[in-house]
Amino acid sequence: MLPESIELQVVTPERHVLEETVLAIEIPGKEGYLGVLPGHAPLITELGVGILAYRTGSATRYLTIIEGYAEVLPDRVIVLAEISEKAEEIDVDRSRAAQDRAQRALAQHGPGTAEWQAERQAIERAMVRIAAASQAGMARAQTKEP
Amino acid sequence: MPTLLDYRRRIRSVKNTQQITRAMKFVAAAKLRRAQEGVFSARPYAKEILRVLHSAAARVESTVHPLLERRAVKRILVVVLTGDRSLCGAFNSNVIRRASHFLRDHRTENPQVLAIGKKGRGVLRREGWPLAGEYVNVSGNVDFAIAKEIAAKIAELYEKREIDAVYTVYNEFKNVLVQRLCTEKLLPIDPAILGERGSQEKAAPGAPADMLPRDLAPSGQSRLVEYLYEEPIGEIFSHLVPRYLQSEVFRILLESEAAEWAARMTAMDSATRNAAELIDKVTLEMNKTRQAAITKELIEIVGGAASATS
Repeated sequence: MLPESIELQVVTPERHVLEETVLAIEIPGKEGYLGVLPGHAPLITELGVGILAYRTGSATRYLTIIEGYAEVLPDRVIVLAEISEKAEEIDVDRSRAAQDRAQRALAQHGPGTAEWQAERQAIERAMVRIAAASQAGMARAQTKEP
Repeated sequence: MPTLLDYRRRIRSVKNTQQITRAMKFVAAAKLRRAQEGVFSARPYAKEILRVLHSAAARVESTVHPLLERRAVKRILVVVLTGDRSLCGAFNSNVIRRASHFLRDHRTENPQVLAIGKKGRGVLRREGWPLAGEYVNVSGNVDFAIAKEIAAKIAELYEKREIDAVYTVYNEFKNVLVQRLCTEKLLPIDPAILGERGSQEKAAPGAPADMLPRDLAPSGQSRLVEYLYEEPIGEIFSHLVPRYLQSEVFRILLESEAAEWAARMTAMDSATRNAAELIDKVTLEMNKTRQAAITKELIEIVGGAASATS
């Protein structure tokens, strides 16, 4: 018997982000996105920087994930992320500002230096946040239409 | 004999102090609540990372990792967690006393100190222990980034073989009234921890160094399951080990922070109560003096009247 749903749990060191019963999940693995449906084979993977999407009934919700691990079991998925926010919580203006700031700072450092790496990662994080927020916005707009 | 005015001044001054201690008590209570939430919300992550680490450990061929390596202990590092400020009862002095005992007991192992908090740094430096590093103004704004930084520093020293073991002395937050003083070994990571957390204290001496108790999986389910891996399991395992260290450091920081605010709150609470007692006592004495003065005046009036009529 395959399970019909997945218990999704997302935790970061600083908080318990989410615990919900969902139907499908898309996980941002280090090597690429992977889709998880109920009854998935057990799997452990490292996470990259990206957007985790999950579906409950008709709604799809988004979370940002910044590095960590995920353990997948047939009826349970545990995501141990370094940082994670729900798309609704993201302050897009702040992320834009962070991206601009990092982009300007990036130009001042030589490629490959530690500062350059740090700024590049900051840009990546900001872009993921903006993308997650805009996807969540689009999803909301679609569900409102008849 | 103090005059009435002296008493009034005294009472006013104690009242002022009481107001300050009361305010500090409320501040501590609010901060404590936040720190406590931090402790609670860090627990699921710590629990899950231990579980994943465990299930990875049970499946790798060799559990060789620089942070698991055991070697003859010639130099040790002691991480001491205190607060940055005083007025928190015996909180800081307890940790410092325990730490300096510990350092003296391990004098032969060339201990170095990693001080977190101004109080511990000051005293231990004055006692002449070499400081491997210091982090101040941590308590009150603990976040995972600072835990990562501290863990990275510890791991670096350990991997460069500048130290062979890491201990930590800190206050564990039991509840608001009780802080438990803890001395724990942080590195090398006890192989028993990879097996089961509960056996952490008991299992250490007899356990063979580099072999893991393979059948101590936390739940029957994950023991039977064979995982698929996106990356080589050895790689995952070797990334998980430093994460575990980070999560331990984070936990210790949070415990100590919560314990500090709890200690400060209790200390300020009893200071407020002592001030109230003192005010009562002084008020009583003041009233006695006042009565004595009135009685004296009455006697004088009566005496004066008697001498006038006679």
